[in-house]
Amino acid sequence: MNRSRWTRTLFASGAALAVAVSATGCGGGSTEASSPTGDASFWTLQDPTNTVQQAGIDAFNETGDGTVTLDAVPSDGYLDKLRVSMGSGQAPDMFFSWGGGPMREYAEADRIVDIASLPGAENLADQFLPSVLQAGSSDDGTVFGIPCRGTQPVFLFYNKQVFADAGVEPPTTMSDLQDLVGTFQDRGITPIALAGESSSSWTELMWLSYLTDRIGGPEVFQRIESGEEDAWRDPAVLQAAETIQDLVDSGAFGTNFGSVGYGAGGSSTLVSSGQAAMQLMGSWEYAVQQEASADFAANGLGYVPFPAVEGGAGDPDNIVGNPTNYVSVTSGAPSQTAADYLETLTSDEYVQGLVDLGEVPVTANAEEALASAPNPDYARFQFDLVANAPTFTQSWDQALGFEIATPMLAALQELFNGQQTPEQFVDTVAAI
Amino acid sequence: MTSLTAARAGRRSAERRADPSQGRPGVLWALPGLLFFGIFAIVPMVGVLYLSFTDWDGLNVPSLIGLDNWTEFFSDSTVLSSTVVTFVLLIGNLVAQTIAAVLLGAWSAGPQRNRAILSSIFFIPLVLSIAAAAVMWRQLLDPNFGVPSKLEWLFGDGNLLGTQTGAIACLIAVGSWQYIPFHALLYQGAARAIPRSLYEAAEIDGAGRYRQFRAITLPQLRNTMVTSMTFMIVGGLTAFEIVLVLTNGGPGSDTTILPFLMYREAFQSYNMGYASTIAVLLLVLSTAVSLVLVRLTGYDRMKSTLEGV
Repeated sequence: MNRSRWTRTLFASGAALAVAVSATGCGGGSTEASSPTGDASFWTLQDPTNTVQQAGIDAFNETGDGTVTLDAVPSDGYLDKLRVSMGSGQAPDMFFSWGGGPMREYAEADRIVDIASLPGAENLADQFLPSVLQAGSSDDGTVFGIPCRGTQPVFLFYNKQVFADAGVEPPTTMSDLQDLVGTFQDRGITPIALAGESSSSWTELMWLSYLTDRIGGPEVFQRIESGEEDAWRDPAVLQAAETIQDLVDSGAFGTNFGSVGYGAGGSSTLVSSGQAAMQLMGSWEYAVQQEASADFAANGLGYVPFPAVEGGAGDPDNIVGNPTNYVSVTSGAPSQTAADYLETLTSDEYVQGLVDLGEVPVTANAEEALASAPNPDYARFQFDLVANAPTFTQSWDQALGFEIATPMLAALQELFNGQQTPEQFVDTVAAI
Repeated sequence: MTSLTAARAGRRSAERRADPSQGRPGVLWALPGLLFFGIFAIVPMVGVLYLSFTDWDGLNVPSLIGLDNWTEFFSDSTVLSSTVVTFVLLIGNLVAQTIAAVLLGAWSAGPQRNRAILSSIFFIPLVLSIAAAAVMWRQLLDPNFGVPSKLEWLFGDGNLLGTQTGAIACLIAVGSWQYIPFHALLYQGAARAIPRSLYEAAEIDGAGRYRQFRAITLPQLRNTMVTSMTFMIVGGLTAFEIVLVLTNGGPGSDTTILPFLMYREAFQSYNMGYASTIAVLLLVLSTAVSLVLVRLTGYDRMKSTLEGV
């Protein structure tokens, strides 16, 4: 649900014709400015959070200036649909996004507005945790997206029973992790479940992102993201790739991870069934496990931060993942209505609604609400992780956009599959 | 005698110069079809050709960049490897599906009741959506919980989608499973249309069932074979949903076929101009291959397989 990229692409197979047709028609299409209040359409991703959003909108529509209409778009094809609408002048007034590269492109093309420029929204961004705002901002720090969902950091999940049986503790450093690889192999258990099948290769990216961050610090990726020359040639990237190769060669991921997909029935079931000991995954993993077995999620699933790398320059408190999701406002939207609506995203009711669904909101006022979360310990763990993180690096594929991410993921897969050496990997990604 | 032939010839030419008010429909009749074809085929094709000379991200206005896409195209190693993979898949599918479909089609054309029942079961994959079927197959191919985990002697550790040969084999297997019924249906219909008298005559001459199949059924199916193969080739050059769902072009870019590459450039990288360049190549390629096929097999001469029957 969070990252189902293949499904969203199905939409596009039908849109092949549309490319050609729309190509002959229109290219730019600018939206004309309208009055500050009025009716605003809001495209969001279809998921359980919609009920909370709708409740917030219903309340807003009763009292506010103008009305907001929520349009929940299935994740299949969401980004494509958005792209086509933005390119053809049919854009919604507000929309949900993952921030990062694609959102910045809309900002550069003046399709979306600086949130602080909306009437009464000058200080709206201050009500959110600082580490999550970055992915919703442009390089110069202008905020283009207001957080509207929980945070989704990536960390290490493990099967408590498997660890207890082996008499070991979850790793805190990379050398702990490497020791554990041997321990579990001797017991006939795959040390780390990895979904290495092509459409799940973003799970492999989590390893590269975290290792690069731990070894060289967040600046390495920040340079890559801003397109600095030779940024990929940073020694930290090569060392991260070498660490990955070592892990693969030592059998940390087993032998058939290249055919394993992510989720229930794939890598997550390997962990819950005890065939694998650990999995590096985003916080949504808890919900995936809960859906398959509520008992295992509550009692059998352990979680720890990603281990530190000895001698690495990166702060072990840094995290990687999806900081949160964002709402952006397009240039033709009724500005006052949009600003008033965005304000409601920090309301106690909205925050409580998210918490009740198991999300961890990123507003400053979320902390108290977390006590009533379905699993307060888990919610608290994530909130602390995010609140204490000096930097929260957005998933590289989303930060870079697909034009760079697609060939990068292909090269990374070849690194994991042993088709490329770490040096070749660096050469390949540096050439993108 | 001479005058008779002359008279006949004269009548024929008179028939040819038939009264325009009766019989052959005028241009007007072709208008709806032409209009439809023009709007949904010609216009997009011209549009794609135009776009292949532009740089367009789908957001801003397309800007003309001359031949840049084309020069990049001919030096792009991905295009070359994708073309190779496309043809490997195409030929693999063509061979596997044609053999199975001809046999299945000829067999199911028999009048026996059990064949009718069995063939309606065989044809079930035909009515399933390819995307849904591919999703199901991906679950079935999981190395730890799917079919490979139960057949270790055959699949080893089950790393099927993680290697190039394994992934290509899976694509051919699943594609065949999906499309054999369609082609078998074509062959079934064609085999049923073969006059019984041919078989009866062969039987009198003492031909066995194998000989009958080789000497009568196969030659009689020639035109159907051209139709079916043209479908396979054009379909193989444009279909990508099975790659998208089953392998996503991976491992790495090992199963990235041309249509998938085009899709990726257009809808993931937003290089609409470059994607259009690939689209033009696909258009040319599939037209050329179909034309060659039609020429080679003599399909265009419309020679009947039933002459003398």
